[in-house]
Amino acid sequence: MKVLVPVKRVVDANVKVRVKADGTGVDLSNVKMAMNPFCEIAVEEAVRLKEAGTASEVVVVSIGPQAAQETLRTALAMGADRGILVKTDATVEPLAVAKILKAVVAAEGPQIVLLGKQAIDDDANQTGQMLAALLGWSQGTFAFKLVKEGDTLTVTREIDGGLQTVKLKLPAVITTDLRINTPRYASLPNIMKAKKKPIDEKTPADYGVDVAPRLAVLKVSEPAKRKGGVKVDSVAALVDKLKNEAGVI
Amino acid sequence: MRALVIAEHTNSALKDATAKAVSAAQKLGGEVDVLIAGEAARPAAEEAAKLSGVAKVLLAEAPSLARQLAEPMAALVVSLAGPYDALVAPATTNGKNVMPRVAALLDVMQISDVVSVDGPDTFTRPIYAGNAMMQVRSGDAKKVLTVRTASFQAAGAGGSAAIESVPAAADPGLSEFVSEQLAKSDRPELTSAKIVISGGRAMASKENFAIIEKVADKLGAAVGASRAAVDAGYAPNDWQVGQTGKVVAPELYIAVGISGAIQHLAGMKDSKVIVAINKDEEAPIFQIADYGLVADLFQAVPELEQELAKLGK
Ligand SMILES: Cc1cc2nc3c(=O)[nH]c(=O)nc-3n(C[C@H](O)[C@H](O)[C@H](O)COP(=O)(O)OP(=O)(O)OC[C@H]3O[C@@H](n4cnc5c(N)ncnc54)[C@H](O)[C@@H]3O)c2cc1C
Ligand SMILES: Nc1ncnc2c1ncn2[C@@H]1O[C@H](COP(=O)(O)O)[C@@H](O)[C@H]1O
Repeated sequence: MKVLVPVKRVVDANVKVRVKADGTGVDLSNVKMAMNPFCEIAVEEAVRLKEAGTASEVVVVSIGPQAAQETLRTALAMGADRGILVKTDATVEPLAVAKILKAVVAAEGPQIVLLGKQAIDDDANQTGQMLAALLGWSQGTFAFKLVKEGDTLTVTREIDGGLQTVKLKLPAVITTDLRINTPRYASLPNIMKAKKKPIDEKTPADYGVDVAPRLAVLKVSEPAKRKGGVKVDSVAALVDKLKNEAGVI
Repeated sequence: MRALVIAEHTNSALKDATAKAVSAAQKLGGEVDVLIAGEAARPAAEEAAKLSGVAKVLLAEAPSLARQLAEPMAALVVSLAGPYDALVAPATTNGKNVMPRVAALLDVMQISDVVSVDGPDTFTRPIYAGNAMMQVRSGDAKKVLTVRTASFQAAGAGGSAAIESVPAAADPGLSEFVSEQLAKSDRPELTSAKIVISGGRAMASKENFAIIEKVADKLGAAVGASRAAVDAGYAPNDWQVGQTGKVVAPELYIAVGISGAIQHLAGMKDSKVIVAINKDEEAPIFQIADYGLVADLFQAVPELEQELAKLGK
């Protein structure tokens, strides 16, 4: 069984991005980039499926600029077998990403596609669900635990009220939540080995997908700033402020 | 302009998130209908019919809809989408699960986590954990939106919409509900509570959360947590507040032993009044707190409970 893992190159989670003065976007020059944390979790889960003998091959795919190759190398160093770079300098929206992934699925024939639940740049939380729709597959979003039994996949999901377990028919699309695993750090020997693993290069046009955006970005602005408040020196003073100044208790 | 709101409900009751999505949908400027999809869900439909400004309630009932799994839900919503210009759901885990599937089936780019409806095709949403706000115009014929409940007032009562039964679409038969582990609590829901008190990694154990819960009960507050506290097993997953957890905007948010990472702030910085209790006076949470108390939480929180008791809480 083959597992496909789409991985996105994004701004590192520790960077606080700045909005460009002209309101056209955020300033990404000289900013540290990394694999989207939820994608790392997805790669880890796929590699564990392989280590458990459940999966036979883990293929990673990234849609993005040439530099997204580094993200693929990171995934290969974690234990994925090979990579596909779908090269484009355009900003590709989740719907178009899903369409490209659908074509990759047709070419690769995986039984499971494991994505992150959310990319921490666009915060869209859409791509996996969209891919499942386009493929007509079952979906297990916000996965907390996966158990494969025959041709079904039992998925425990993090939902608003707690946890929900569903049984999915394979093939399936899964999106990972934070607590399904803790991704490993690639060891130096594995980083060296990853350099020799193959990465195929494609373009969106190879898959016949139009990546023209559906959403026109009118403006990107700073969020409303909070003004710093005051320090209080005791719990009694705090309660007094909350009652008599803020009127919230 | 006609919008359909996909309701969040428990079959027997409507959730507050629906009333908020209704008010977001009303900002589109046209008629608003509500879809209740479930099993034995007429009680929820009756509540939806009473929301002010709702034109019609569509009620789809089938065993396959009982748990609102994504595959049958998306099939249903797509089957009803024809006359609507916009499909709107609250950005709950349900909405986030179902709506992108709907959007892709309709070949539409969804707009997630809308915080402001600026026009029938123009919306603002946060990106990068709320460090930037993006205003977009959708060129798609139908708009598919999930809306942040914390950003919209709930639609009031006083409506008397008609309830119309609609057939459930055929179940694609791809998924099956197995079980659910839902936290039972008498406290208000995190996303609709007027007061939220959250604990972080510094709580150091599940047992220690009891001191926070005591304060919560005095204040009628909901209890939240940072990711670190959830990851460590001190608090259940559904308490996580943040970029990738729940987004809250209560009247009062009390952060206890939470450093104030951007991912946490993303989930609570729109609260009206923010209190931080942290023993490190340099903690970033103090930069956004209206009232900061530099103190050891294990002293300050029990003391807070006593001070509240003095007020008769
Ligand atoms: C992809 C991704 C998604 C994330 N999503 C979220 C999210 O949704 N929500 C979220 O919260 N985080 C999220 N995070 C994690 C986030 O980056 C922080 O790691 C997390 O918020 C830290 O939690 P904390 O403040 O409880 O812990 P810490 O950062 O460890 O802070 C603990 C604080 O407690 C204080 N303290 C210690 N002892 C005491 C004491 N006795 N009394 C008083 N104060 C004390 C310390 O001074 C410190 O400030 C995410 C991270 C990533 C990478
Ligand atoms: N450009 C991309 N290349 C590869 N995978 C992507 C890309 N964009 C999104 N994904 C996948 O979809 C998930 C969710 O992204 P999003 O829907 O944008 O929040 C990510 O965690 C990735 O697994």
